[in-house]
Amino acid sequence: MTEITSRRGLLFGAAAVSAGALLTGCTSNEPSDSKDEPAGNNQPAADDKPGKQVTIGFAGPQADHGWLNAINDNAEKRAEKYSDVTLEITEGSNDTAQQIGQIETLINKKVDVLVVLPADGKALTQVGLKAMRAGIPVVNLDRIFNTPQAYRCWIGGDNYGMGLNAGHYIGEKLKGKSDARVIELAGLDNLELTKQRTQGFDDALKNYPNIKKVARQAAEFTVESGQAKMAQLLQAQSKFDALWNHDDDQGVGALRAIEQAGRDDFLMVGGAGALSAFQAIKQDDGVLKATVLYPPTMAASAIDLARALGQGKGIGGLAEFEIPASITLYSAVVDKTNVDQYMPTGFR
Amino acid sequence: MTQPVSPPRDSITDKVPQDRPSAWRGLLARTDVRTLSLLGVLAALILIGGITKPDEFLDTRNLQLVLTQASVIGVVTVGMTFVIVSGGIDLSVGAIVALASVWATTVATQEYGFAGILFTAVVVGVGCGLVNGVLIAYGAMVPFIATLAMLASARGLALQITDGKTQIVTVPSVLDLGERDAYVLGIPPLVLVFAVVTVIGWLVLNRTTFGRRTVAVGGNPEAARLAGIDVRRQRLYLYLLSGLCCGIAAFLLIVLSGSGQNTNGNLYELDAIAAAIIGGTLLTGGRGTITGSVLGVLIFTTITNIFALNNLQSDVQQIAKGAIIVAAVLVQRRTASTT
Repeated sequence: MTEITSRRGLLFGAAAVSAGALLTGCTSNEPSDSKDEPAGNNQPAADDKPGKQVTIGFAGPQADHGWLNAINDNAEKRAEKYSDVTLEITEGSNDTAQQIGQIETLINKKVDVLVVLPADGKALTQVGLKAMRAGIPVVNLDRIFNTPQAYRCWIGGDNYGMGLNAGHYIGEKLKGKSDARVIELAGLDNLELTKQRTQGFDDALKNYPNIKKVARQAAEFTVESGQAKMAQLLQAQSKFDALWNHDDDQGVGALRAIEQAGRDDFLMVGGAGALSAFQAIKQDDGVLKATVLYPPTMAASAIDLARALGQGKGIGGLAEFEIPASITLYSAVVDKTNVDQYMPTGFR
Repeated sequence: MTQPVSPPRDSITDKVPQDRPSAWRGLLARTDVRTLSLLGVLAALILIGGITKPDEFLDTRNLQLVLTQASVIGVVTVGMTFVIVSGGIDLSVGAIVALASVWATTVATQEYGFAGILFTAVVVGVGCGLVNGVLIAYGAMVPFIATLAMLASARGLALQITDGKTQIVTVPSVLDLGERDAYVLGIPPLVLVFAVVTVIGWLVLNRTTFGRRTVAVGGNPEAARLAGIDVRRQRLYLYLLSGLCCGIAAFLLIVLSGSGQNTNGNLYELDAIAAAIIGGTLLTGGRGTITGSVLGVLIFTTITNIFALNNLQSDVQQIAKGAIIVAAVLVQRRTASTT
């Protein structure tokens, strides 16, 4: 009995070890032709001439999806470009207490400028205030603090504008089509930004009386949820003319569902600006015809702003001596005509 | 609830198997009361769907859709049922699905094609189950804690592997399996896998020594040990089984979504536990059926489907889902006690 079990155990052990060896080789994720050109670094900076040395502290949330990952990449690569910038980047965290601790550490290190993308804007307001009081100007990235006292400059995307531009793009495409039907695949409904995107979309569609939004379902920004919700939407609506999907990540799943259902009788517009979406738009062999940006290049711009703050300069191209207090980025529509220009900014 | 005398109950329990037909009826009435009430709930849902959206709901494509969407979580739930019947719990199923699905879709794994992806998904699932099982059975850890730890670590590892990026599958044979062309007699391959797992799960739980041992361990571990059952080994096998189901589910999810992502399997643990509980599995162990759990999964998927077809939003969906869980359990308890 023991002999049998031990031999079986031995065999199982050997199998487990060899499977393990094989598997560990399988965690590699580097494509053989890896060319990781970071987004948004082709544009020359406003003022490239080296100036005073600036140490920038950067604190962001945990990069658990493609867009946030691109945020970190953009910040790092942009800082590398400047010989006069030293970047102190923290390990990203979604835990409010932990992120506060990280920012306090940066304050104690006496960095010249802070760039903060809070995991939760409201919850991190206090630490933003603390930095400002300590004389360290804060560039608040995207998720906004509770009070303007907590930052010197806010830069971020425009969720309402995303919906607006998506709506206008679809409206123009369906112009002249009577009784046009449009559906919306929204992002996580718990988030305010999802409501803003939907609001913008609805407001834009009001300009086109021939268009009616016939359905809306919310996915969760994940591929899995995008597939599931899109499959249901396709079943619910046997005929419609256009679809706006809030997020290109969930769009991977949505496109999969569309392909599985064998549908191609409508036009689709995405959101955010993922590389896979840009590639699909360029190939132009599917329903995805355009995507509305929520550009991760804002992190690169935040580094520019922080550097300008540290050196006491304004922004090249603007008359003022100081950088603005608030910058809302434009949500450009990327379609076949201009996709090449945006391709390098696409994130995975 | 306790007072009303219920003559039907007496008539059934007293008139135990004298002749075959009534024995059958007795069996049906006693063991499947819960199942029947679940079928009733499902029938009511189908009625609601059929009335509100006759064209879209009562459609072959919709049936295929509902069953396909149920298959991934369904396979996980079969494994979960075994674990709960044995008195345990596995909180790590969603995380294991995530880890297995991203490990199986890395660029390196995809080079090995269909077999590589399938193999990796299953082995990662079983491997995680093995760790759970060893910690619980031989490390004497409470299942809740051990699998909670696995949840955290597996999610972390999945994030580390993907770096938060979506891993798109480019292996044609894997993708083709999720297309309409791959349907066998109108049945999607994913649904076939779900059906096979269900049947095997039912057979193992009801018709094998392994199944009886599982129930015994869940009902009274001490009695099971005195009866000569190696309780620890049984527990190890059960978490292995749950891990295996997660591995299979991860592969199904890869086929379905054409990708691997560290956010996959989000809150599967709660969905699977809820389906099993609705299906009549006792959270304290010792009782539970595969049929009930699978019906629980189908009820959830059908609800989601009806809501989506009627264009109801997430907030309404969540409220109604909670209400329906309570209603289903109450209905079940009433039918069970009055029969």
